[in-house]
Amino acid sequence: MSNLAVSVQDLSKKYGDTFAVSHANFEVPLGTVCGFVGPNGSGKTTTIRMLLGLISPTGGSGEILGHSIKHPEKYLASVGAMIEGPAFYPALTGRENLNVLATLGGYGTDHVQSLLERVGLGDRGNSKYKTYSLGMKQRLGIAAALLPNPKLLILDEPTNGLDPEGIQEIRDLLKSLAHEGTTVFVSSHLLSELELISQYLVMLRKGKVLFAGKIEDLFLAQQPFILVKTINESDLPKISEIAAAADHKSTIRSGVAHIEGPADWAAELNRSAFAAGITLSQLSPMLPSLEETFFEMTGDFE
Amino acid sequence: MIRVFKSEWRKLRRPTLFLGTMLASAGLTGLVTSLLFLLIDSPQGNSDRGNMVSREILQLPSGLTIGFSNAAGLLGIVALCVFAAQTAQEYTYGTLRNLLVRQPRRFQLLIGKYVSMASFAIVMVILAAVISMTLAFGLSGKAKVETDAWVTSDALQEMAKTFGNVLLSVIAFGTVGMILGLLLRSPISAISLGVIWLLIVENILIAVKASLGKWMPGNLMSTIAVGGTDEVSYSHSITMVAIYLVASAAIVVTLFKRRDVSN
Repeated sequence: MSNLAVSVQDLSKKYGDTFAVSHANFEVPLGTVCGFVGPNGSGKTTTIRMLLGLISPTGGSGEILGHSIKHPEKYLASVGAMIEGPAFYPALTGRENLNVLATLGGYGTDHVQSLLERVGLGDRGNSKYKTYSLGMKQRLGIAAALLPNPKLLILDEPTNGLDPEGIQEIRDLLKSLAHEGTTVFVSSHLLSELELISQYLVMLRKGKVLFAGKIEDLFLAQQPFILVKTINESDLPKISEIAAAADHKSTIRSGVAHIEGPADWAAELNRSAFAAGITLSQLSPMLPSLEETFFEMTGDFE
Repeated sequence: MIRVFKSEWRKLRRPTLFLGTMLASAGLTGLVTSLLFLLIDSPQGNSDRGNMVSREILQLPSGLTIGFSNAAGLLGIVALCVFAAQTAQEYTYGTLRNLLVRQPRRFQLLIGKYVSMASFAIVMVILAAVISMTLAFGLSGKAKVETDAWVTSDALQEMAKTFGNVLLSVIAFGTVGMILGLLLRSPISAISLGVIWLLIVENILIAVKASLGKWMPGNLMSTIAVGGTDEVSYSHSITMVAIYLVASAAIVVTLFKRRDVSN
C-alpha cells in the first residue's frame, strides 16, 4: 500500500463552461496534517465532496487510502468527514444524532459518550441539536467525523463559529489526532491556525492548485523581508532610497517600511541609516507568515 | 441494509413523530369508524362522499372492518406525509451528505430507508385496525348492529384480506410520498404537491369525467384498500398502481444514484 492518504491527478469538476476545480494535482502523505486553503469559491468544498464520493468528477482521478475515488464504499469506513459545516436533525439530541450515524456506519454506540466528552459536549449530549450554539454544532460535527476512529479525517472549516478557546481546543484535538497517526486534511480560513498545525499545504485559487507540498518548502520559496520603523516617519523615504541603492525593493505601509531582503542585510541597513542620521525604532528581519504568503500567491493582497 | 434500517428507526421513533403520527392515524380511523355507526340512520349518509352503509351490510362478516377500510385514504395521506418528510428532510437539513459518507452505496441507503418507513406504516395500520375494530364492537350496540357474524372464521378471513389491502394501499401512498420527496427535495413542496393532487386535483378531474377514475393514481390506491369497486376492479387498480410506482421509482432511483450531492 502507498504511503499516501490522498492523491489526486488532474482532478476536475466542470459546471457548464466553468471549472469549479481544474486539473488539480496534489498528494497528502499518511500521518500528516495537511492544510487546504483558498478563498471562498476556490473549489475547496467541491474537491472535498469529490474525495468523499458525493459528487462525480468530470475529469481526472484520485485515490484515498489506496482506493480509487470511484469506489468510495471501499475507503469511507476509514474516513471521518465534516463537510461545509455541521448538518444534523434539529429534533434529535446531540447523542441521538451521533447514534444515527454510528448505527448507520456499524460502529456501535458505545463510544458516543466518550466522543461527546472529547469535543466538550459531555454534559450537553442529551440536549436537542436545535438548542445548540454554532460552536456546539461545530463540535458535534467533529465528534461525528471521529465516529469511525478514522485513518483519514477530512474537515471543512472546523473552527467556524468557535470562540478563541474553542479554536485552541480544536487545534489541540487535531494535534493529538495527528500524534495518534490520523491523517488530517483540514480546510480553514484561519491561516494562522493552519500554520501552527500543518506540515503540508494545498493552496487553491479559482479551482487551480497554486501550491501543494511541505509547508516549509512554501516558506523557503518566499522572499524574506525586513520591517523598519524610524523615530521620524518622514525618514522612511530615505530608508527606501538606501534599500534601492542595495537593489532591494521596498514599500511603505502604515508607517512601516517593508524591505525585501535577507536577514543578514539588516546590520548593513542599520549602519547606513545611522550614517545618514536616521534613528531606527524597529528593525525586524522576518519571514512571511502563511497569511502573507497566501495573499501574495493568490494576488489578493492589494 | 440492516444498519440503514436500524439507523432510520432512530429517527422514526422520536416521540413527536411517532406518537404524533400514531395519534393522528388512530384519531382519523376512530372518527371514520365512529361516524359509520353513529350516523347509521342519518339521511345524509354515514360513509365517505355521503354514501350509505346500511345496518344489514354492517352485520355481514366484512362489516367489522368497513370503518377501517374507509379510513385507508386518510391513512394513506398520513403515510405520504411521513415518507415525503423523512426523505426530503435529508436534503433540507443537509444530512444526506452525512448519510452517504457513512453508507456510500446509495441504492442500499434508499432501500433501507424505504423498508424502515414501510415498517413504520405497518405499525400505523395495525394500530388503526385495532382502534377501528374496538370502536366497531363498542358502538355496535348503540347502532343496533348485530355482531354475531363478526366473530366467525369468515370474518377473520375478511379481516386479513382488508388488512392486507389497506396496508398495500397505505404503503403505495407512502411510496408516492418518498418519490416526491426525492424528486422535489423539499418536505413542504413534496407534501403540498402530493396532497393537492390526491385530494383536490384528482377529485375535480373525476367529478368532471368519471371514467378518469380508472387512471388516477390516488383513486386507484384507495380502490385497492376497499378491494375494488363497481367502477374500478381490484386487479386493474393493483396493476396500474404497480406500473405507476415501478416506473416512477425507477426514474427517481436512477436520479438519486447519479445526482451530485452538493447541498
